[in-house]
Amino acid sequence: MTRKRSKRTVQKKATARRSTGAGRPATKRVSLLRLAHARSGDKGDTANVGLIALKPEYYPILEKEVTAARVSRHFRGIVKGKVERFELPNLNALNFLLHGALGGGGTLSLKTDAQGKVFSTALLRMEIAVPRGLRVS
Amino acid sequence: MTRAVRIASGQGFWGDWLEAPIRQVQAGPIDYLMMDYLAEVTMSIMQKQRARDPAVGYAKDFVPLMKRLLPELIERGVRVTSNAGGVNPEACAEAVVETARDLGLGGRVKIGVVTGDDILAQLDALVERGHQLTNLDTGDPLHTVRDKVQSANVYLGAWPVVEALRRGADVVITGRVTDTGLTLAPILNEFGWAVDDWDRIAAGTVAGHINECGAQCTGGNCLVDWERIPNMADLGYPIVEAYDDGSFVVTKHPGTGGRVTVPSVTEQLLYEMGDPRQYITPDGITDFTTIQLSQQGKDRVLVSGVSGRPATDSLKVSISYLYGYRAVGTLVYAWPDAYKKARKADRILRERLDRLGLEFEEILTEFVGVSATHGRLAGPPCPDLAEVELRVGVRARDVAPVRRFTREIAPLILNGPPSVTGFAGGRPKVEEIVAYWPALIPKSEIEPKVEVLEA
Repeated sequence: MTRKRSKRTVQKKATARRSTGAGRPATKRVSLLRLAHARSGDKGDTANVGLIALKPEYYPILEKEVTAARVSRHFRGIVKGKVERFELPNLNALNFLLHGALGGGGTLSLKTDAQGKVFSTALLRMEIAVPRGLRVS
Repeated sequence: MTRAVRIASGQGFWGDWLEAPIRQVQAGPIDYLMMDYLAEVTMSIMQKQRARDPAVGYAKDFVPLMKRLLPELIERGVRVTSNAGGVNPEACAEAVVETARDLGLGGRVKIGVVTGDDILAQLDALVERGHQLTNLDTGDPLHTVRDKVQSANVYLGAWPVVEALRRGADVVITGRVTDTGLTLAPILNEFGWAVDDWDRIAAGTVAGHINECGAQCTGGNCLVDWERIPNMADLGYPIVEAYDDGSFVVTKHPGTGGRVTVPSVTEQLLYEMGDPRQYITPDGITDFTTIQLSQQGKDRVLVSGVSGRPATDSLKVSISYLYGYRAVGTLVYAWPDAYKKARKADRILRERLDRLGLEFEEILTEFVGVSATHGRLAGPPCPDLAEVELRVGVRARDVAPVRRFTREIAPLILNGPPSVTGFAGGRPKVEEIVAYWPALIPKSEIEPKVEVLEA
């Protein structure tokens, strides 16, 4: 898997890993699979992914880290159009719209996942930075 | 709390579990059985069927189901709302009326039929009156595909279904009524809310959204703790227990499998969601960012706090048109070097298609077992894979290249890479592509029709 990071991300990561004084980085990287669950579906050629925090205390971290821009980079080459994000703090959830994700969508798509059912777990492959002390299952 | 109305979901799509509606009626008290059969893809299948035989074009499973359930529904006083009518609600209703008579229920059953969603015959007149019916996704005007149009159906809301219920229908059969409207209608009928009671209409719409996909909110297709969801072979389907204040509880019959929890309901709330602040239906606009969920005990989730806004002046139209043709061919390659062999077969196939001069709008190759679902995110495959399925799909406006493609898969068994199997299904089938054209139409142009037939 190629995971090129833009310069900006590398810089951000470096900042996030600033030493706590004990010489250890303040954050650790965790896959979204351990912080959230998800469900996806389709509307035409757009897939939606609802990303739901497994614990309420994870929601602010998801809101900060899982931005539309990051999700767009995660799906580079897979999602052709733009990525939109909507917040549902009442459900500890984020909703992403991935435009141009389904090879034409509906009956036109030749893809196995023509209806975007498993974009949910594809998003859960993403890794984000969380505070080192955060308890993760 | 005051009186509750219990609306059970018995079907989340055409093809869902045949046992579900029967169990919903038999395993405990309910007031209504809601059955959603329609998706856009379903409408296109029904459309093809009606084109071949004008007496069909509805969810055929519904008639034998009514044969099995009607006596019990009448005895228990359970009423049915369903969009099983598809593109031919009248034919579906006639078939149910006949079934009721065969069962000796003549004079005891009323069948409501909601139509008026089918605007195919008025399409040109509507365009002449200045409704462009431009494609909501692409902005293209309808005339670019007008000669290929096969059907045009407006999404009707809950109110025509309410009218059928008020006129005494025991079973309401509709054409393209929104999925949410089928759950909202019984609630409106029972509590008598006004057409502009936007918050409570929004709450009933959320209830509809939760109910419309059957077991997807009771543990089916649920990612959280999926391995420990109890007794999935006996999965309970959802029941909405609605109250007059607009709140409702999502639950299921005691003793059934699955689980109803805040996470299971949340997953369904986000399914097929667009902008959560404006979930638009013909009945009103619902703000999903106002929903409050809380666990009220085992398998009981309370939904409250929902806000809504006034309905828009337009209705969505779904126009289907013949787009072209497609086919998908598959072959399975076994260890050793399964992935390498599959890739080589793909290269050979493409070279042959190229030499034949076949033109496709798209050729898509996927390697099932390697990257078909998650693409490059899946990372490099294990070098020792037991098998890989090569899956090649093509799409074209003309049928000829697609048909020729279907003849190019089988030869690879003897004249391509080795250790290939999995071709027992024969040549791939050429499928017609019926595509969708979403558009808007002013509500003032549409007249829903409600009829009540006596069995």
